[in-house]
Amino acid sequence: MTKPTDSALTASRLNESAKMTSHRQWVHVVDNFFQSRWKGLSVAIPYVWLVIFFLIPFFIVLKISFAESLIASPPFSSLFEWSEDAALKMTLIFDNFAYLWEDDLYVKTYLNSVKISTISTILCLLIGYPMAYAIVRASGTMKYLLLLMVILPFWTSFLLRVYAWMGILADQGTLNSFLIWAGIIDQPIRMMYSEFAVYIGIVYSYLPFMILPLYANLEKLDLTLHEAASDLGAHPITVFFTVTLPLTIPGIIAGGLLVFIPATGEFVIPDLLGGGNVLMIGRVLYDEFNSNHDWPVAAAVAIALLILLVIPMMFYQHAQSRQINN
Amino acid sequence: MPKKRSTFLLSVLCFGMAFLYIPMFLLIVYSFNYSKIVSVWGGLSTRWYTSLFESEEIWSALMLSLKIAIVNATFATLLGTLAGLALARFRYFRGRTLFTGMISAPLVMPEVITGLSLLLLFITLGDLIGWPEKRGITTITIAHITFSLAYVAVIIESRLSGIGETLEEAALDLGAKPLRVMMDITLPLLAPGMLAGWLLAFTLSLDDLVIASFVSGPGSSTLPMLIYSRVKLGLKPDINALATMIILAVAIGVLIAGWILIRQQKQRQRDAQLAGTE
Amino acid sequence: MPSQERDAFLDRPWKDSTAEPFIRIEGVTKRFGTFTAVEAVSLDIYKGELFSLLGGSGCGKTTLLRMLAGFEEPTAGHIYIDGVDMIDVPAYARPVNMMFQSYALFPHMSVEDNVAYGLKRDGVSKAEISQRVADMLSMVELLELQKRKPHQLSGGQRQRVALARALVKRPKLLLLDEPLAALDKRLREQTQFELMNIQDQLGVTFIVVTHDQEEAMTLSTRIAVMDHGQIIQVGEPSEVYERPQTKDIANFIGTINMFDGEVMSSNDSFLLRCPKISKPLKLPSQAELNIGQQVTLAIRPEKIKMTLEDPHDSLQITLRGEVLEFAYMGNISIYRVKIEGEVVLQITIPNLDRMAERKIEWDDQVFISWHPENSLVLRD
Repeated sequence: MTKPTDSALTASRLNESAKMTSHRQWVHVVDNFFQSRWKGLSVAIPYVWLVIFFLIPFFIVLKISFAESLIASPPFSSLFEWSEDAALKMTLIFDNFAYLWEDDLYVKTYLNSVKISTISTILCLLIGYPMAYAIVRASGTMKYLLLLMVILPFWTSFLLRVYAWMGILADQGTLNSFLIWAGIIDQPIRMMYSEFAVYIGIVYSYLPFMILPLYANLEKLDLTLHEAASDLGAHPITVFFTVTLPLTIPGIIAGGLLVFIPATGEFVIPDLLGGGNVLMIGRVLYDEFNSNHDWPVAAAVAIALLILLVIPMMFYQHAQSRQINN
Repeated sequence: MPKKRSTFLLSVLCFGMAFLYIPMFLLIVYSFNYSKIVSVWGGLSTRWYTSLFESEEIWSALMLSLKIAIVNATFATLLGTLAGLALARFRYFRGRTLFTGMISAPLVMPEVITGLSLLLLFITLGDLIGWPEKRGITTITIAHITFSLAYVAVIIESRLSGIGETLEEAALDLGAKPLRVMMDITLPLLAPGMLAGWLLAFTLSLDDLVIASFVSGPGSSTLPMLIYSRVKLGLKPDINALATMIILAVAIGVLIAGWILIRQQKQRQRDAQLAGTE
Repeated sequence: MPSQERDAFLDRPWKDSTAEPFIRIEGVTKRFGTFTAVEAVSLDIYKGELFSLLGGSGCGKTTLLRMLAGFEEPTAGHIYIDGVDMIDVPAYARPVNMMFQSYALFPHMSVEDNVAYGLKRDGVSKAEISQRVADMLSMVELLELQKRKPHQLSGGQRQRVALARALVKRPKLLLLDEPLAALDKRLREQTQFELMNIQDQLGVTFIVVTHDQEEAMTLSTRIAVMDHGQIIQVGEPSEVYERPQTKDIANFIGTINMFDGEVMSSNDSFLLRCPKISKPLKLPSQAELNIGQQVTLAIRPEKIKMTLEDPHDSLQITLRGEVLEFAYMGNISIYRVKIEGEVVLQITIPNLDRMAERKIEWDDQVFISWHPENSLVLRD
């Protein structure tokens, strides 16, 4: 190799690499611009949407819950006035909440909602767990068929499924007719417009929400664990309580919350099946707003309901983060 | 290993399935009942189907609901996919915590609160900027998009984290620029998730009574609102006929979906065999 | 430099101080938050090398590979490929391709489309794409399966598609992340040699990340052993095996027997005074030692001889022991021999004779011996 060729080669390579570098830099600049804009936009669009239609409405509810009820349209003291005279209105601020506390209708309703959704959740678990277990153990096509059968009601109208029970539980309904025909009773039993009807409605509507997470949890369970436990001499029932159940707690929590949270705020079921006899917070809120037109109290009920639901959510978050840590 | 049959499990399974399906079955049976009183059998008839098909009110409510559901599902899928991408792929951006919160909150928010808060927003906006002038199809659609997009985002996010980033890195490594990677790899792999999201958003919208009742205005009743106002006062045989139609439509849809799933499963088994033989 | 000497370095450019490295990693550090994955790594890799980054999980080898590919940006330092600084070059513009551990085949594309993907991105003409794809697929013997989807292929076939897809772009550098980890043992051995053949044919520089020391030994021109984000030794496989620089490396690569002790001097050589053994052990003559220093004498199991009678060789170190147990491995047998002071040594003996004619059994009293020059002196 001779010197001149060497340097010529180096020069041409330098030239080429300079050209490539500038090209690369250009690509890089364009790409950088594009990447930052594109990512930014794809975050910004849903972000802005949620801020406008989720976050701001929430703050409006919060504000109104601190406002004064008026007989006007809209039926609450203006949001934009009371900031001028904060001192005077400070005394009003907790009026709506104090009202909720003093009127024992609201306290009773809250407690009743929690009671009804807790019992319903437990009922769902008692029926849903063995069902999920049976589905997991079914073989091949049967398993898919059973799963589809659990999912199918979810895609049909919720309202119509609740309506179906109106026909069954009515005084002249299917169940009473059947019981009279069977000679078990002489007189129709009153089942509609009672807590019993509400329990039936909630369990019926939310049972699939309990089965699906339990199924997912059980499906992932290692069956050799059962074999190992049996091999070590455990009775099937012992195996269930010492191995299966502890390992499906995440599924139980997930399913439980999927039932408990919507059941607590439920409106349709207590309204159609419970009538005026069953106090549940979702229905009271709806009535407060649409019939009584007391918006500030309705808003206060909403905020209180949210706080009620935040507690189970926090439990869930806690459980999940613990699971991740493990 | 043969699985032992447990009579306990089997009987609970049968009871549960009966519990889930007998009410629907009865709805269907009574839809063919001649008697005006739903629970008293008066002979076989299709008169309620005739009156259902002749009811203008029901048709216009159904059309309104379908319109809202389709627009909602489409927008919710677009927005939800973007949100899911942001959650799964852009690890750091400002306000991420708030964003995550706003995505998961609508999932646990009771419908009455979502409905109430959106109505109050629309009223406030109407006072401030004169929009929306009146409530109806637009406000219902906006309300539906807001909660549906959260569901879609969760589906997309879980699918994206299931796929992992390696495939996208591989495309990048082979010389594809980020937008190309998006088009060639991410979106095709997301398509099933987006379809599932669309269907879910469609169903959620078609099913919603409470939120629509809050944010709709005079003259715009969706199908659930119409059904509710009729059954509130008692049993209505034509609603049984409507329920039968809906259950039939859903059952056909679910059966088709199930058939496709089972076929895919078999295809996978064949593929695995193909891979195993060589 | 005389041309003769240059020729001697032709296959081993790292021995030639004047050779230009093809890849230069200069003081590269990568931190994730407070965790340092890669710390101040500097490395030169030459054209045509098959270079291995070897280490246990979490040693930083994969992070280093991802920085070469452009998936991670170094916190500090520079990476040059063929003289170009890669810091501002995004992954898609680098003359580098990667074979992923999971293969990362696009599940919605056929084998053919997977392999053609990179060429399409470069705007290569259709005719050329199909030619190059066909050539590459016939090289990895997958031409008949080109219409299949990845999930219709076996593990070994997927691995070859991944290799073809990465090589079809004729990258200057191919990165392989645990290329053989997902294959079973038989296939792994076969594929090892295929990889070496392909690398030889194409002359592409390979960097392989692996945790498998045997794989690294067989494949590589050179190995860099990594631990805690740092490179602790770089060398040819035989260097790393025969001359490990630390006890950790010696233990990680192969098996080794060690004696801790203090250096003492005899008339012309150094001895090791090992507290558990009465007889001082002779240290290799090359080692630079000081009297009183604490060091470790290490000897590989296959470098120890074992006999029933005393060899009476004054040049060797000879110890007496008792056979505790042995394992017949087919080609070799592994013995565990207890010498005085409860010290147990591992010895491998090639099975020159048939099993039936084996001479040494359980509980036999034996003499073990090795030449001091075959042993090593290690510091911590």
